[in-house]
Amino acid sequence: MISNKDHENTIVCRCEDITLKEIRDLIKEGFKTVDEIKRISRCGMGPCQGRTCRQIVMGEIARTTGKDVSELRLSTFRAPTKNIKIGILAEAAEG
Amino acid sequence: MHIKEHPILAFKRGRRVEFFFDGKKMWGYEGEPIAAALHANGVRVLRRSIKLNRPRGFYCAIGNCSSCLMKVNGEPNVRVCVERLEEGMVVGTQMAKGDLSRAKANPISSSGGGSGIRKTDIAVIGGGPAGLSAAISANQMGAKVTLLDRNSRIGGQLIKQTHMFFGSEKQYAFIRGIDIADILADKLDKEMTDVMLNATVLGYYREDGVLGVEENNRFTKIKPERIIVATGASEKVLAFPNNDLPGIYGAGAAQTLMNEHGVVPGNNVLMVGAGNIGLIVSYQLMQAGINVKAIIEAASKIGGYWVHASKVRRLGVPIYTSYTVKKADGRESLERVTIWQLDKNWQPLKGTEIDLNVDVMCIAVGLSPLAELLWQAGCQMKYIPELGGHTPLRGEDMQTTVKGIYVAGDVAGVEEASSAMVEGSLAGLCAAKSLGYDNGRFKELREEAINELMNLRSGPVSEGMRKGLEQLI
Repeated sequence: MISNKDHENTIVCRCEDITLKEIRDLIKEGFKTVDEIKRISRCGMGPCQGRTCRQIVMGEIARTTGKDVSELRLSTFRAPTKNIKIGILAEAAEG
Repeated sequence: MHIKEHPILAFKRGRRVEFFFDGKKMWGYEGEPIAAALHANGVRVLRRSIKLNRPRGFYCAIGNCSSCLMKVNGEPNVRVCVERLEEGMVVGTQMAKGDLSRAKANPISSSGGGSGIRKTDIAVIGGGPAGLSAAISANQMGAKVTLLDRNSRIGGQLIKQTHMFFGSEKQYAFIRGIDIADILADKLDKEMTDVMLNATVLGYYREDGVLGVEENNRFTKIKPERIIVATGASEKVLAFPNNDLPGIYGAGAAQTLMNEHGVVPGNNVLMVGAGNIGLIVSYQLMQAGINVKAIIEAASKIGGYWVHASKVRRLGVPIYTSYTVKKADGRESLERVTIWQLDKNWQPLKGTEIDLNVDVMCIAVGLSPLAELLWQAGCQMKYIPELGGHTPLRGEDMQTTVKGIYVAGDVAGVEEASSAMVEGSLAGLCAAKSLGYDNGRFKELREEAINELMNLRSGPVSEGMRKGLEQLI
C-alpha cells in the first residue's frame, strides 16, 4: 500500500490545494461528512466548486465509515457555477 | 506542436499572431484557446498552486476544472483552456491566487447590463447532442426555445469525436461525431430557436424560476416556462501521488487538444482506463502520430467494445488489465509513471511495479454528471455508480422531480451520444407538449423515441446501465 506520508503529494482538491493525507487526517479527527470537511478545510469551495474533488472525498468517507456512497449527504450547491467578475454583476445591478 | 497532417481532420485555424508568455515572444493562431497555443509552444506549466506552490497545467480543457487559471493582460484567474488567443496578448504564469495590482479596472459602461428578464417557452441548457436534439424536437412541436451554450460554438463534445457512431441509422450510425454536430446544427430552426453562445448559466433561482446567465461578459436573466438541462458531464480524476502534474490530463482533454485544436498533447502516452473513451482516444492519439505506450485497466476485463480494443491491439499497444497507477513523477511536468498490479480484492501487489517513461498520462476512468443546476433546483438525486454518480430521478418523459425541469444526455446519467440525442428529442417533445404545443405527431414521436432508447440499451454491454436507469424512474 501507499503510505499516508506519500499521500502528502496526492492532491484531492486542486483549487484549494488539499491533499489526500489531509482529508484522511480530517476524517480520523471526526469530520465525517462532505459538508464538515468542506467547512473545516475549504475543500470544494474553490473556482471549480467541487467538480474535481467531490467524488474522491465521498469515496474516502465511505471507505472509512463503512457506509455506501449513496447514503452520504452532500453539501449545498449554490450559484454561481463558475467564477464571475464582480464588475459584471455590478453592471447588471446598475441596470 | 501543431498537427500539420491528419488522416481525418482539416484544422480551420485563425491567422498566425504573436503573443507573450512570461515576457517571451511566441506564435499562435488567433482564436485558439490560450492553453492550446502555449502547449504548441511547449509550455505545459500554467500556474503555481495556491498554498503548496505546485506546478499545474490544465486537466479538463473544457472549462470545468479551473486547474488552468493564468494571468492574461494583467487580469488573474483566467481559464486559459477556454479563453481565446488574441494578437499581442500578455500571458503570465499565475502565482498562487494571483493579484489585481496590474489589472486594468474596467469602468462600468453607461449602457448598463441586462436589466430586463428575457422570457422564453423552453430554455435548453447545453448545445451538445442532447440539447440540440431537444431544441429541434421542441421547435417541431411549435415551442420557442432559447438554447444556451457556454462555448463559442454549438455541438458540445461531438466536435472532437472523429470516430464513426454505432447504433441505428436514426442515431447517425456510420457518421463521425464531428459531422453529426453539423447535421444537428443545420436541423435547428433558426426562427424558433434563439441560440445564446458564450453563455454560462450561473444559477437557477427556485423562488422565481429565473436563470442567471453570463453571456459575453454581461449578466442577464431568463425566465423560461420549462427548462431542459443538458449540461453533460465532467471527467473524473484519480488519487495517486503527484496526480496533479502537468501532462496528466483527462482523456477527453487530450482529445479536445488534438482533435478540436490540432495540438499534439505529447510524445509518449499512458492511457488509464480501457473503457470506450480510453480505447477510442488511444486510437485517435495514434492517428495524430503519437506513441501510446500502454493502456492500463484496474478491472480484470476490458470495459469497452471489442472492436475498439482490437483496433489498438492490432497496432501493437499492450493493454494491462488489473493494473493501476502507483505514482507519477516529474520535476515540473510528467516524466514517469509507475504502475502496479491489483489482486482479486483490488489490493496492489508489491513487486509488480513497472516504470513507464511517458510525458502524458490520460485519465479515462469515467465521467460524472454536471448536475449542479439540478441540485440548486432541488431535484431529487440518487447515487448510481453505473451512470457516473449522482443522477436525477425522472419520469419516462424525462421530467425531474421538480415540475417543469427536464433532463437529457450525460447529466441524466452518463451513456453515449446516441442515447443522449434520443433523450434530448424525448425531453424536447414532452416539455413542448406540457405547454400545449403539438403538431399532431406528439404521440407517435414520443413512442418512437421511447422504443429507440430501449433498443439502444438492449445489448449485453448495457446491462449495468439498464439496472441503473431502473432506479431512476
